Formats: sequence, structure tokens, C-alpha cells
Amino acid sequence: MAEPGSSVLHVEVVAADHSVWSGDVTSITARTTEGDIGILPGHSPVLAVLVPSGVEIVEQGGGRQVVAVDGGFISVAQNRVSILSEYAAMSSEIDAGRARSELEELLGRVGADEDDPELQAAIARARARVKAAERAR
Amino acid sequence: MPASLRELRQRRNSVTTTKKITRAMELIAASRIIKAQQRATAAAPYARELTRAVSAVATYSEVDHPLTTERENPQRAAMVLITSDRGLAGAYSSSVIKQGEGLAERLRGDGLDVAPYLVGRKAAAFYGFRKREVAGAWDGFSDSPTYAHAREIADTLIEAFNAPAEEGGVDEIHIVYTRFVSMLTQRPEVIRLLPLEVVESGGDESQGHEVYPLYEFEPDPATVLDELLPLYVASRIQYCLLQSAASELASRQRAMKSATDNAEQLIERLTREANQARQAEITQEISEIVGGAAALADASESE
Repeated sequence: MAEPGSSVLHVEVVAADHSVWSGDVTSITARTTEGDIGILPGHSPVLAVLVPSGVEIVEQGGGRQVVAVDGGFISVAQNRVSILSEYAAMSSEIDAGRARSELEELLGRVGADEDDPELQAAIARARARVKAAERAR
Repeated sequence: MPASLRELRQRRNSVTTTKKITRAMELIAASRIIKAQQRATAAAPYARELTRAVSAVATYSEVDHPLTTERENPQRAAMVLITSDRGLAGAYSSSVIKQGEGLAERLRGDGLDVAPYLVGRKAAAFYGFRKREVAGAWDGFSDSPTYAHAREIADTLIEAFNAPAEEGGVDEIHIVYTRFVSMLTQRPEVIRLLPLEVVESGGDESQGHEVYPLYEFEPDPATVLDELLPLYVASRIQYCLLQSAASELASRQRAMKSATDNAEQLIERLTREANQARQAEITQEISEIVGGAAALADASESE
């Protein structure tokens, strides 16, 4: 359902308490629960659940952006893309070193209670941030 | 004179000090309202996109999700009261509590048990003083709630909603919060959080009657809805918390403004009374001196 002649995607990245990033892009690669999904202009409408990971965005001018998401979802319709994630963050705003030490600290705590779902979620989140920060380089 | 000059001056000084405090609180509240409003605006895109997505899934799939289906035989209802942590905000907390009492009575009238969940120390104090049982309580963030707080509350409520009634589960969840209408008007309101009425939820947006494209759902509509609804609930709670925070600050600003105005009037009156007392004292002294001199003159004449 591509609009004829239009070859850009308008993306909005939204976290729960603020809008993180928005702009015109040429392609998006995101990891959903079903596997990686690539989105180019003219993609058919889709609503997919994301896993904690880094979503890669190629800007119109060729610049690359990586967004760290902790789950949430992506919706595509008529060349409008929204990426919603409770704690979405641009990788450029993430300090890779600090993200890594945070992850290590969390992993160190696992020994005490392994099945704490909150801790597991925090680890997944931290891992996604580290990955995103590394991918951005 | 009813009061001595010294007493009047003392009272005036103490009122002046109070006025300084209330004035400072007024200014602080005023500056925080702007921040609270900005936060509410910043959260709007997320709520809007989420509402769109949930409505899209609900429109194109006949999925019965536990969070959207009405229970056949409801027994317990949760009531969430959002109040402030601190006082000096006029009737802000008490009108929420009053609204909550009304709601509880109505729910009990429908044959439901009421499980209160309290946000803010004022509601906790009200329930604690009356030694009533409380299902859950949070405090410490009433004037600057973050998404993490909303998520925490949402998780607890969803867990209670999914639990069977015998284990303390609830069948309905209602929220009492204060809607920020304008700087002058804040209205306590009751909304039903769960079961959700998804289709109507777009109603407060101007674009309520948008036609949604035929989405493909990955992996499938039911799973997508499973993911989306808890987020949606958290986003609704966040909305309530942010509205309440802005309302609390606006109430506090208004209450402190009238306190400051009162103090000003009081200072004016006390200053007048003090001036009068001082004048009376001087007049009395003069007449005493004049009287004394006249008496002395009389005495020396008669010698």
C-alpha cells in the first residue's frame, strides 16, 4: 500500500514519558519475537511485538541511528512507522561503558534469586542497551 | 485599647513570617505546575500511539482478552485513590477521598466488596486513622510521578485482576483521580480501568473515527494484544498520575495564594491597630504631662 512516488518512511520513536526521536528514514531493521524484520518504504501495514534489542534506522542522508528498546512494538502503516517502547533510548545517548558495567552488576546479583522476573527484565533491558551502544559504533 | 502595643507588634511579625512561607510555597507550586504540564504533554504521543494500536487490534480481530471481558459474576472491586503526599493544598486530597467514599458506597450497593489501593500519604493517613483494611499503598511521588511508578501500580493491579477472587483477586478496577481542567478548575473523577473498554478509548481524541489499515500482526493478534494491553493499562495510570500531580500543584498554588492574601490583610489590620495604640499612648503621655504641669503651677501659685 505504498503511496506512489513516496520513498521515505516517517519514523517516530516514543518512550513512555517522552518522544525520543523522529525523522524521515529509508530503512529500518528491528528484531521482533518472530525474528528480524526489515522495513522499506511501501511496506504493508504490520504491527509486531519487539524483543529487547537495538533497532537500526538508516536516515535519509545515509546516517545510521540505533535505538535501544526493551520490548514494546513497532507499527507500520502508509509509510508511517511508530516504535513504542517503555524505556526507548537512542544509542548515542547511552554511555557504552556505563551500560556494560550496569549489566555486569545486574548479572552479579542473579546468584541470590534466579527467578526474580523483575531482575530478568532489568537484565534484558541492560543487555539491549549494551548491544545497541555497540552496534552504533 | 484591647491589646498592648508590644503584643500587636509581635503578632504582626509572626504573621509576616507566615506570609513569607506561604508566598514561597505559592511560587514553588506555580513553577512546578509548568513542569508537570510539560510532562503530561511529553507523555501524550505514547498514549496516542498506544491507543491507536490497541484500537486497531481490537477492531480487526475478534479476540476475547481477559483484560477486556466483563466478569459474569463480579464479587470484588478495586478502588485506586490518587491523593497527595503533603497537605496545604486546599481540598485536593479530601475531595478525592470524598469521591472515593461515594464510589465505595455505590460499589457496595451493587453487592461488591471494595479493595482500596491508595496512592499518596493523605489517603493512607485517612484509612490508617479509621483502621480500615488496605489492599495496597504507594507514596512519595505524588507531585512528580514517573513512568516507573505507573508501571509498578499497573503490575500490581493487573496481577490482582488476574488472580481468582478467593485469593484476593478483583473483578473490576476503578480509579479516582483529579482531572486538571485548567489552572482554576480541577475536578475529581472516577474512571473504570479494567475491564477495558478499548473501542471507546479513542473517543477523547479529535481523530476518533479514523479508519485503521488492515494490519498484519506478528506473531498473531492474540499475542500482540497480550503485549499491548498491560502497556495500555500502565499508560492510562500514568495519565491519571500526571493529571493528579498537575492538579495537586494547582490546588496548592491556589490555597497558598489565598493564605498569602489573608496574611496581607491581617498584617494591614494589625499595623493599623498598632499605630492606633501607639498614638493613644502618646496622647495619654502628653495629657499626663500637661496635667502634671498644671497641677504643679497650681500648687506653686497657692503657696
